[in-house]
Amino acid sequence: MKTAECPVCGASVEIPEGTMENELITCPECGAELEVISLDPPQLEEAPQEEEDWGE
Amino acid sequence: MKVGFLHSLIRKDEKFLIDEFNKHKEVELIMIDDRDLTFNLGRDHFGFDVVIERSINHSRALHSINLYENNGVKCVNSSKVATICGDKLLTSAALAKNKVPQPEVRIAFTEESAIKAIEEMGYPVVLKPAVGSWGRLLAKINDRDAAEALLEHKAVLGSYHHSIFYIQKYVEKNGRDIRSFVVGNRCIAAIYRESPHWITNTARGGKAVNCPVTDEINEISVRAANAVGGGVVAIDLFETNQGLMVNEVNYTMEFKNSVHTTGVDIPKLIVDYVLKVANGES
Repeated sequence: MKTAECPVCGASVEIPEGTMENELITCPECGAELEVISLDPPQLEEAPQEEEDWGE
Repeated sequence: MKVGFLHSLIRKDEKFLIDEFNKHKEVELIMIDDRDLTFNLGRDHFGFDVVIERSINHSRALHSINLYENNGVKCVNSSKVATICGDKLLTSAALAKNKVPQPEVRIAFTEESAIKAIEEMGYPVVLKPAVGSWGRLLAKINDRDAAEALLEHKAVLGSYHHSIFYIQKYVEKNGRDIRSFVVGNRCIAAIYRESPHWITNTARGGKAVNCPVTDEINEISVRAANAVGGGVVAIDLFETNQGLMVNEVNYTMEFKNSVHTTGVDIPKLIVDYVLKVANGES
């Protein structure tokens, strides 16, 4: 399984099979919400912060 | 068939939909990240048979749908639905026009007129931003002191949007409300959202429990959906002594907590509807 470094705490985060670019995952170590910005090579970024017009 | 999938972050809801689209061999799913998107007005040529809108930002969703529709692309939901549902004032106006039951709503544009409206309605009332979601910045106002303070804060600290005062009569929910899901002309599922807090959004900790779709839930949900232009929408309902009332209508509905809870394959029904729209069947 691919792994990438958590940009918040530095932990090694597993990228599950079938994960897509832009998908949200949670760092199991620090709980940060992360966005998969690249699969090859696997790269994570902190997910964007909630904005005023976010929602349903 | 080319299906454009407008998105920003891919949440579980989007993943469910993408997995469902991928079951259709005739579908070429083209991902459109709204953060990378640019439009070249008057020169764009899109080859989509349909675009499904799943952006998190209302403003990006609304403008993108408009621009796609201007180029002849069908969108789910339509710009009409996004325009109305993205603004609680317009939603309430559409419900009122179509005589769909809702709590008393008053609109005011100044602090003075808002206080006057609130005093006429009687406490408590709920002040909501016309544009907003997930229960953000909702304020339950129990007395005049709180009303004056809140209105002043909104007028002074907020952008002009926050001085368009949307005032709703507070409805005692007794710990729950109903979220129903409408696809096309049918209410396909519903959940109770249970919370000891007066805000019951699941984004704010409300617990989802299956709610059987009664004739009354189906009827008011479909009427509300049609009032805002139809399509794929989620309706928030209050149970009151006068029957069900519509609180809000959501046009980029989240359903990830409701598939297992209701046992209804919500993403499949959405995708089937989108493909029908693409084929001109709906």
